[in-house]
Amino acid sequence: MSLVHALNSALDVMMERDPDVLIFGEDVGFFGGVFRVTDGLQEKHGRHRCFDTPLSEGGIIATGIGMAAEGLRPVAEIQFADYILPAYDQLVSEAARLRYRSNNDFQAPITVRAPYGGGIFGGQTHSQSPEAIFAHVTGLKTVIPSNPYDAKGLLISAIECDDPVIFLEPKRLYNGPFDGHYDKPLEPWSEQYGSDVPAGYYSVPLGKAQIIRSGSEATVLAYGTMVHVAQAGIKESGVDAELIDLRSIVPLDISTVEESVKKTGRCLILHEASKFAGFGAELSALITERCFYHLLAPTQRVAGWDIPYPHAFEWDYFPSPARVVTALQSLAAH
Amino acid sequence: MHVPEPKTRPGDSPDFSEIELLKFAPVAKPEISEPSENLRQLPFHLVRTLTDDDVAEGDWIPGLSASVYRKALEYMTITRVFDEKLLRIQRQGKTSFFLTSRGEEALGVVPSLALRDGDMCFPTYRQVGWLIARDYPLLKLVNQIFNNREDPLAGKQLPVLYSAKEFGFYSLSGNVGTRFGHSVGWAMAKAYRGKPDIAIGFIGDGSTAEGAFHEALTFASVYNAPVILGVTNNQWAISTFSGIASSEHTTIAAKGIAYGIPGIRVDGNDVLAVFSVLDWAAERARAGFGATLIEFFTYRAGAHSSSDDPKRYRPAEEPTSWPLGDPIDRLKNYLIKAGEWSADQHEKMTKAIHSSVSESIKEAEAIGVLGKSKPPVASMFDGVFSEPDWRNVEQLKELGI
Ligand SMILES: Cc1ncc(C[n+]2csc(CCOP(=O)(O)OP(=O)(O)O)c2C)c(N)n1
Ligand SMILES: [Mg+2]
Repeated sequence: MSLVHALNSALDVMMERDPDVLIFGEDVGFFGGVFRVTDGLQEKHGRHRCFDTPLSEGGIIATGIGMAAEGLRPVAEIQFADYILPAYDQLVSEAARLRYRSNNDFQAPITVRAPYGGGIFGGQTHSQSPEAIFAHVTGLKTVIPSNPYDAKGLLISAIECDDPVIFLEPKRLYNGPFDGHYDKPLEPWSEQYGSDVPAGYYSVPLGKAQIIRSGSEATVLAYGTMVHVAQAGIKESGVDAELIDLRSIVPLDISTVEESVKKTGRCLILHEASKFAGFGAELSALITERCFYHLLAPTQRVAGWDIPYPHAFEWDYFPSPARVVTALQSLAAH
Repeated sequence: MHVPEPKTRPGDSPDFSEIELLKFAPVAKPEISEPSENLRQLPFHLVRTLTDDDVAEGDWIPGLSASVYRKALEYMTITRVFDEKLLRIQRQGKTSFFLTSRGEEALGVVPSLALRDGDMCFPTYRQVGWLIARDYPLLKLVNQIFNNREDPLAGKQLPVLYSAKEFGFYSLSGNVGTRFGHSVGWAMAKAYRGKPDIAIGFIGDGSTAEGAFHEALTFASVYNAPVILGVTNNQWAISTFSGIASSEHTTIAAKGIAYGIPGIRVDGNDVLAVFSVLDWAAERARAGFGATLIEFFTYRAGAHSSSDDPKRYRPAEEPTSWPLGDPIDRLKNYLIKAGEWSADQHEKMTKAIHSSVSESIKEAEAIGVLGKSKPPVASMFDGVFSEPDWRNVEQLKELGI
């Protein structure tokens, strides 16, 4: 099953199980979403449960918070993560703070899905990775799957979670894995790790990282598309690295990270988002705080350059397996 | 370039001559089923029932008994006395911040009495009257204002930003306007469930310039949400007069027209008219006719908050010159003239209110004023998420608790 189908299945399963689950966003109803994630849901579950909204991200999230406070389980789609900013105030000042400021009187269990990341020639405004601006906000959970199995199980957990969850979908992975070798033909998800997706209900807990590959010389931390780039880079580097797919950055599975880095003594952090003040900075600080006396080398980051996402230079910007190789080999040399 | 400027500033005498609607003029009351396109003149009038001679006239007289008005009078008076006393308490340094609803007491109290249990109010910070009119314990309000160990919000929130779900009162926040759209979402949820409950959202005149206002109207209109969208137009947004919020060229109620939502402007200091307009809008919502935008035309008679001094930007006599008077005085005079109340009764009631409010304040003071008593520090880590995150668990330890 592809990642798109897995997400669709998660929504379908949850709509079937729970009449409180409503799905809405721009073009998600009749049309089924620009990436087809909500395909067929309106037809199957009716117009009251899966519907189009005005083109108003602030309005979508404000309305969703009101529904969630009332007791529904809204799942709102923001068409591209790049366009979530008009709703940022609602997410930060309202969704994230409602429980705390009301001392548990109200809660906002809304799930906000948004395709993020590059690799599709989307230019500046269809390629960004804004996870760090959500990770910084106490009260929001931020989840980023890397394969169909996790995508479905994590989305189900997000919908069931009593807290607001930002669910970032690596759009480059929607229809097949992508390891950064952009000149290779697209492989479908079938046969790939994580593409065996049960048809029914199951969940993957939020805040549990997954060790994709165990290794002894270095720890690689990644999420979303970069998990696949990491796999390619590790293979090509010849370094025996342990790869951890964080799966959610809030909550962060710090014990898995800590245990691995203490074991390997070296850490490489990957993300597509720009490097400066990216989520990698937080990971690096945590590792210094917790694993300093086990470290054999300075922690490294391979990330997007500190520039807006440049259309013509997609592959110069996108962190490549080659950069992973260089970083791993220099780490291992320590 | 034109920059709107109020007609008068400190040192001038107040001038309200530009507000032409202040004269009593009957406004026909439409059927709730009247399509919005036939109601496009409504937002340019001002619905009143109480004339300048303290009698009720016209289509909008609500069919309520005098006992309801006496209740409203009592709750508005409690609100005013509560505000006066707590402002003094703030001045004495017993809390950090306070804010009153002076002159606008009807806008908290009347919606609270007009709407039902099961309906949800998304208030502004100037509507504590909603809670007071539902007999929310004053002691709990003061405990919140003191952030003491009995504070229902456990010290997490600025004074007066209450939350009381059980009383139909949504959590307040310091950000203006951000909950306006929540009222629409809440109402849509009720409609989805097929329940008769409705929501009422409020926003200040200044805050109607926020995107959140327009987004809420868009969604309310598109989904025909059973919601009442209320604007408390008290003429001021801190030091900024309502002309800057774009009402120099139109009324705020008229902003409903473009959304196909009926807009009504009502004298917010006329308790009978406020009851009546709310009833009309609530009935419309419950009958499936959708949202109504109500502009409650009133005047902020007090300072913006305890941190504000209005004498620096408006004539000192403005608050006492508001042509539409004071909501408490007008209701009192109406009831007395109607033979349903007396000056003597009023004095007795006010006296009793003074002592009961003082009593609650004393009780709260005995628990502790701000800084003298507070909830356990550990509680500041509670409620960030539904379950504690390891960061907070570790930080709690780091604090040594
Ligand atoms: C989003 C936001 N911007 C600015 C402020 C600062 N502020 C607090 S109250 C206020 C004026 C609000 O005026 P209005 O909406 O008319 O409400 P009123 O205070 O008159 O009831 C401002 C600018 C705020 N609290 N929130
Ligand atoms: Mg105002």
